[in-house]
Amino acid sequence: MTDITAPSPSSSFRLSLPGFWLTASLVITALVLAPVIALTVIASHGSGDQWPHLIKYVLPVAVRDTASLLLGVGALAAVLGVGTAWLVTAHRFPGRNLFDWALLLPLAIPTYIMAYASVDLMHPLGPVQSAMRAVLGIASPADFRLPDIRSMWGAILLFGLVLYPYVYLATRAMFLMQSACVIDVSRTLGAGRAAAFFRVALPLARPAIAVGVSLVMMEALNDLGASDILGVRTLTVSIYSTWVNNSSLEGAAQIAIVMLFVVVALVLIERYARRHQRFNTQAQRSRRIAPRELTGLTALGASLFCLFPICFGFLFPALYLVREAIEDITYRGLSDQLLTQTWHTVSLAAVATIVTVLLGLTLTYTARLVRGPLPPALVRLGSVGYAIPGTVLAVGLLVPLAAFDNAVDAGMRQWFGISTGLLLSGSGFALVYAYAVRFLAISAGGVEAGFQKISPSLDSAARNLGETSAGVVRRVHMPLLRPALGAAALLVFVDAMKELSATLLLRPFNFETLATHVYAEASRGTYEDGSVAALLIVLVGLLPVALLARASRLPLAEGARAAEKRPSSADD
Amino acid sequence: MKRPLALAAFAACLFPLAASAQTKEVNIYTTREPGLIQPMLDEYTKKTGVKVNSIFVKEGLAERVKAEGANSPADLMIMVDIGNLNDLVEAGITQPIVSEILDKEVPKHLRDADHNWTSLTLRARVIYVSKDRVKDTAITYEDLADPKWKGKVCIRSGKHPYNIALIAAFIAKHGEAETEKWLDGVKANLARKPAGGDRDVARDILGGICDIGPANSYYVGLMRNSDKPEDRAWGEAINVLFPTFSDKAGTQVNVSGAALAKNAPNKAEAIKLLEFLAAPEVQQLYADKNYEYPIVGDVHPTIKALGTLKPDSLSLTEIAKNRKLAADLVDRTGFDN
Repeated sequence: MTDITAPSPSSSFRLSLPGFWLTASLVITALVLAPVIALTVIASHGSGDQWPHLIKYVLPVAVRDTASLLLGVGALAAVLGVGTAWLVTAHRFPGRNLFDWALLLPLAIPTYIMAYASVDLMHPLGPVQSAMRAVLGIASPADFRLPDIRSMWGAILLFGLVLYPYVYLATRAMFLMQSACVIDVSRTLGAGRAAAFFRVALPLARPAIAVGVSLVMMEALNDLGASDILGVRTLTVSIYSTWVNNSSLEGAAQIAIVMLFVVVALVLIERYARRHQRFNTQAQRSRRIAPRELTGLTALGASLFCLFPICFGFLFPALYLVREAIEDITYRGLSDQLLTQTWHTVSLAAVATIVTVLLGLTLTYTARLVRGPLPPALVRLGSVGYAIPGTVLAVGLLVPLAAFDNAVDAGMRQWFGISTGLLLSGSGFALVYAYAVRFLAISAGGVEAGFQKISPSLDSAARNLGETSAGVVRRVHMPLLRPALGAAALLVFVDAMKELSATLLLRPFNFETLATHVYAEASRGTYEDGSVAALLIVLVGLLPVALLARASRLPLAEGARAAEKRPSSADD
Repeated sequence: MKRPLALAAFAACLFPLAASAQTKEVNIYTTREPGLIQPMLDEYTKKTGVKVNSIFVKEGLAERVKAEGANSPADLMIMVDIGNLNDLVEAGITQPIVSEILDKEVPKHLRDADHNWTSLTLRARVIYVSKDRVKDTAITYEDLADPKWKGKVCIRSGKHPYNIALIAAFIAKHGEAETEKWLDGVKANLARKPAGGDRDVARDILGGICDIGPANSYYVGLMRNSDKPEDRAWGEAINVLFPTFSDKAGTQVNVSGAALAKNAPNKAEAIKLLEFLAAPEVQQLYADKNYEYPIVGDVHPTIKALGTLKPDSLSLTEIAKNRKLAADLVDRTGFDN
C-alpha cells in the first residue's frame, strides 16, 4: 500500500473533524481532573506537620501491606485468570463448556460482601471449621483452629478469588483472537505444548494480562470495606484513618496525591516497557485454535483447577448468602424498602454506565482519529480516577460541585430572585459524575483494547472503497467494536452497582442503594440483616455476567465449530 | 450540549431535589447507623406529621456540610462520638441550640458549654469475658495489659472512635508515656489482629479465639434479645464487667449527640425534633430499642441486669482533646498492624 493511493485515515480526519473530537476529549479530561485539582488545592492547605509522624509510623506499614497485598493478589489473579483462560480456550475436558462462563461468576460478588461471608464461613464457629472438628472428633474450637482469615494471606486469597475474572476475561479474548497458525508454526518449529504456551501464546497475550492485572490491583488498592474487615492496613485505609482520626483532610489528600503519582508512574512504566509492540491482528480472518482433548488425570486436574475459583469465589459465598437470606426472611420477613433500593441501584448504575461508556468512546476515538501525543495522553489522564479511593474522590468532587451550585444559586438570586439551591451536589448528578470519573478507566481501557484489534488497514480499505469517515465509524468500527463496548459497559455497570464509598458520601436524602443498605447493617455489626440486599446485589450482578458470558462465548463456539468442521483447512 | 441537560433532567426526576423547599420537614445528616435512630424518627413523624429526611454518611459529613455552605439543606447532624461532635464545632458549621427544654432535660455535663451540641444517649465501654474460662469479677482497663491475658484479648481496630475515646481517656488519667506502655501491653496480649466490630468480640469468645475484650454495652442487649439463635448464643457466652480505671472513678462512657447546622433551613423544626428526642418517653424508646443508656430515665431490663453503671467523672471535652494524641499512639505502637 503506498501513501499516494491511500492517504492514512488519520490525516484525512484531521482535516474535517479533529477540532470537535479534540475539544470533546479535552473537556472530558478536564471534568475528570476537576476532583484531582480540588484535592491538590485541599492538600496544599495542609501544613504538612503530619508527615514526620506518617513517615515514621504509618507509611512503612501501609506501603509494606499494600505492596504485599497487590503483589499477592496480582500474582494469584494472574495465575487463576490466565490458567483458566488457556485451559478453556485451548482444551477440551469435562465441564469445560460450563466453566467457560461460570469462571466469570465471582465478578458478581463485591469484595466487602465476600469479606463478611468469608469471616463467617471460616470462623471457628462457622460451618467449615465445625465440620472439620466433627470429622476429627474434636469438641472445642479451643483445641483446633485454622489460621485466622483476618490476615494478609486471607485478604490475598479473598481478593484473588473474586477479582481474577478481570484477567480471565481480557486474556481469554486475546487467546481466542490469536491465530492457531501462530501456535502451529511454533509447534512445527519444534516447540513443545508448554513452550508454545509460555513462549508464544502468553507473550502475545501480555497486553491483555497487563490490563486485567492492573484492574485487579486497582480494585484491591482502592478497597476499603474488605481490608478493614480483614484488618489489612493498606494505603487507602491509612488515608482514611488520617482523615477521620486526625481530622486532617489535608493530610489525607496529600497521601492520596502521592499514591496517585505512584499509580500513574506504574501504569506509565508498564506502557513504556511494551512501547514497541504491536498487537493488531491481520485483517483477514484467521483460523482459531482447535481445542485439544485432555484425558485422565490431566483432564481431572484441569477440571479441578477451574472448579476451585468458581467454588470459593462464587458458589460457597453465594450459598452462604442464600442461607442467611432465607433465615433473615423467616425471622423478619421481606423489607418493603428492598424494591426501592433495587430500583435506585439499577437505574443509577444504568445511567452511569451509558455516560461512562460514551465518555470512554469519545476519548479513545479521538486517540485513533487525531494524531500526536496529546490524544493518547488524554486517555491516560482521563483514567486516573480509578486510582483514587472512592471517599477521597467524593470529597474532591463535592468541593467544586458545591462551589458551582452556590455560584449559580447566588447568580440566580441576584438576577432573577429565585434560588436554585444545590442543583448538582444535592442530586443524583453528583453520583453519576463520581461513577463516571471512577470507572472511566474501565470503559476507556475496554474500548481501546477493542480499537487495537481493528487494524488501521481496514479504515484505509474502507476509505479507498469510497466510504465517508462517518461511514467508516458506522459500518466498520461499530460492528467490530460492539463486543468490546458491550464488555466495557457490563463491567462498568457491575462496578457502579457495587460502589459504596463515594455513594455513601454523595447521595441525596432518603436515597439508599443495596450497597449502602448492606453497609449500614454491617457497620452496626448486624451484617446478616443485610443478607437479602447482599444477595440481591449478587443476583443483579449475575445478569450482566450472564450477558457477558454469552457475548464472549459466541466467537469461541463459532471458532470451535469451524475448527471441528474443517480441522485441516488452513484458510477459511 | 443536549446530553448534560437530559442527564440533569433525568437526575431530577429520579431523585427529588433535597433542597426543594417544603413546609414542615427536618433534614438530618448522620453518622449513626440508620437502624439505631429510625424508630425514634418514625415515631416523630407519626406524632407530628413532620417529615424527617435523613442521609447516613459514614465519613466526610462535616466536609459535605462545609462544601454545601449557605445552601446546605442540613438541619441536624447526629453523631456517635464526642470527638465527632467537637469536629463539627471546630469546622464552624454549627450554631447554638436555644431551647429551655433541652437545658432542663439534658444534664449540664452532657451538653456543650456554648450550646453547640447536646447528647442524646450514653453508652459504656465495658469488658466482655468468657463465662466458662474467666472467673474474675472485677477488672480495670489497666488490667488489659496484664501479661496474664497473653493471647487472650480480642478488640476491634484501635483507630475506631470507640477505642480512640477509651485511649484518650487513658491519656487523661495517666499521661502519654504510660498510655503508650499500656497499648504495647494490650497489643502483646492480643489473640488476633484488631478487626471486625464489637459483636465479634463476643463471637470470638464463644469460638474460643479469646477470653476477654472491651466492647460497648448496648451490643449485649442487641445480641441477647436477637431473633437469631446464633446471636443469642454469642450474647450468652459472655459475662459483662464494668471496668474502671485504677482510680476507681467509674466506667468510661461516650455519647451520641446532635448539633444544629449553621445554615439550617428548618431551624425551629429541628429544635423541636431535638426536644422530642430528649423527652423522657422517647429516651425510654432509645433504651428499649437500642439498649443504650438514656440521658434521663431507666434502662432496659437486659442492660439493667448487667449491673449499675457508674460513669467516670472525666469530662467529655477532656477526652475529645486527647483524641489526636490517642490516634498517634495507636500508630506509634503499631497497635493495628
